[in-house]
Amino acid sequence: MSDPRTTELTNVSTTVLGADEIILNMGPQHPSTHGVLRVKLKLDGERVVDSECIIGYLHRGVEKIAEHRSYQQFAPYVDRMDYVAAVSNGLGYCEAVEKLLGTEAPLRARVVRTILTELQRIASHLLWLGTHALDIGALTPVFYCFREREEILKIFEKYCGARLTTHAFRIGGLQYETYDGFEQDVKRFCDDFTHRIDEYETLLTENRIWVGRTKGVGILSAADAIALGVTGPVLRASGVKWDLRKAMPYAAYDLYKFEIPTRETGDTYDRYVVRMEEMRQSRLICLQAIENIPTGPIMARIGKVLKPPPGEVYHSIEAPKGELGYYIVSDGTTQPYRVRVRPPSFINLQAFDKMARGSLVADVVAIIGTIDIVLGEVDR
Amino acid sequence: MANDPSEKDPASKPPASGAEGKPVAQKPAEPPQSPVAAANPPATPDSTAAKPAAPAAPAAPKAAAPPAKEAPPKPLPLDNELVQRLKGRFGDAIREATLDRKQAIVTIAVDQLREISRYCRDDEKFDMLVDLTAVDWPKREKRFDVILILYSFAKNERVRLKAHAGENEPVPSVCEIWPAANWLERECYDMFGMVFEGHPKLTRILMPDEWQGYPLRKDYDILKQDTDWVRENLGIESGQ
Repeated sequence: MSDPRTTELTNVSTTVLGADEIILNMGPQHPSTHGVLRVKLKLDGERVVDSECIIGYLHRGVEKIAEHRSYQQFAPYVDRMDYVAAVSNGLGYCEAVEKLLGTEAPLRARVVRTILTELQRIASHLLWLGTHALDIGALTPVFYCFREREEILKIFEKYCGARLTTHAFRIGGLQYETYDGFEQDVKRFCDDFTHRIDEYETLLTENRIWVGRTKGVGILSAADAIALGVTGPVLRASGVKWDLRKAMPYAAYDLYKFEIPTRETGDTYDRYVVRMEEMRQSRLICLQAIENIPTGPIMARIGKVLKPPPGEVYHSIEAPKGELGYYIVSDGTTQPYRVRVRPPSFINLQAFDKMARGSLVADVVAIIGTIDIVLGEVDR
Repeated sequence: MANDPSEKDPASKPPASGAEGKPVAQKPAEPPQSPVAAANPPATPDSTAAKPAAPAAPAAPKAAAPPAKEAPPKPLPLDNELVQRLKGRFGDAIREATLDRKQAIVTIAVDQLREISRYCRDDEKFDMLVDLTAVDWPKREKRFDVILILYSFAKNERVRLKAHAGENEPVPSVCEIWPAANWLERECYDMFGMVFEGHPKLTRILMPDEWQGYPLRKDYDILKQDTDWVRENLGIESGQ
């Protein structure tokens, strides 16, 4: 086979260096890259002139594996992509396969899914907040954030036995009923959590160091964000009021009232504010949902052997990090012909170069943190 | 791993209690009266029906939603305004338009990909490239499908462009139309060996640069690897 790499294009990032320019390698083993991300920075003094992300260190070939597993067997694998938001991954995959089958989970299952997914969003944002603050130099928030995240993980553990890679949902609905006291646990967490967010905000929102390190750092305009395919809180912080939960409701989101927080500037501070507000909104969704969990079956009537009719489907959800999509092609057998994951982290990370150019090298850490990437999802 | 939805639970009424051989609450959970089932009016029938759950079916006629819940989904021909405008402008380059699971798919000629993309972005306001990927059908004459999923914020709908490309046939890059395509095309090159003409820097992105072979092709076995690369770089005989 002829090698198609005929056009050996010049690497603009690193081949030509000016007199005062140096190359700085960050990672792949760097505490603030949240995994194994390597960033090559071209610096002029303290300024970033150019950058290049080198990824793939965690590549496990998830999409290849999918072609060799049955539809149900592949479900646990998706938890290992964005492993801090495994529930969201599972929701996207299960709904995509359901759509491929032409079925839908019962309402009760969809409501429980919504509750768990929103709790997962809070947990994911808490992990982000703690580590992001830690990167920038605020040591305290991480302890508080992990305290509350622990409460959520306990709910997951009681529900399905796992804390991190939960495999909480099944294609067609849920495997487990909610446990006795599920609503009380969620309610207790939500009642408590409203004060907790205020607590984080007293630590950070008006903290001069925090504001100084985040305001005006890593600005991404709305036009750039859309052109680069950026989704999730990063897009909303740039002023685009767009959330898949509203735009194309899935699960049971059309039943609940919530706001889409947005900001204008699109800097690191704005992304912080947006995520804080999103946690409040997620809390409100959980409270509304536990008020009235419908009764009924938790599993749709689908066979044990899934053979979706030939065809293809794309389904996406608003994961904590952005639009998480699954493009699945069926050839009518028990195994998917092709599963493509549209990973929000991967596509959002592409905007890093845009955000980092012209900033100080010290701010690179803040910018990596503010995109909220998980390398397991970037590399799959 | 038999983790299939074995417990089908055919409409069992008492939802909360029983049914969970799980690590259940060591917590007291005083009211064992199964709060889940608590008196809420079964909102089931109409709210299920009311929920459209049909993203991105451009101009899917309103009536298309309710009927045939049981019928297996299958692709149908699609002829809406978007398709007519595309056909009027690009003629034969629009090969086919179908509706699969209420999602619009437009099959186009690969050599017109850039023009059609530009038109979709500028005139049809599909301003975001959601995803760009490929599917390998090795038995077909032109083995690859290039898939572009577009989204329009203005219309809140998605459309999928699909083009067939042969093994060494160059695919026009859409990087200059949507910068988001940059890494996505690199990934397609990395995984399938497709060449995107006009891409600023078409190199591998997830696999090591020197790796031989394209892992997501169907003729690339799941256990296959570049043994030379593994020996040279990892110092072992096999990466398994």
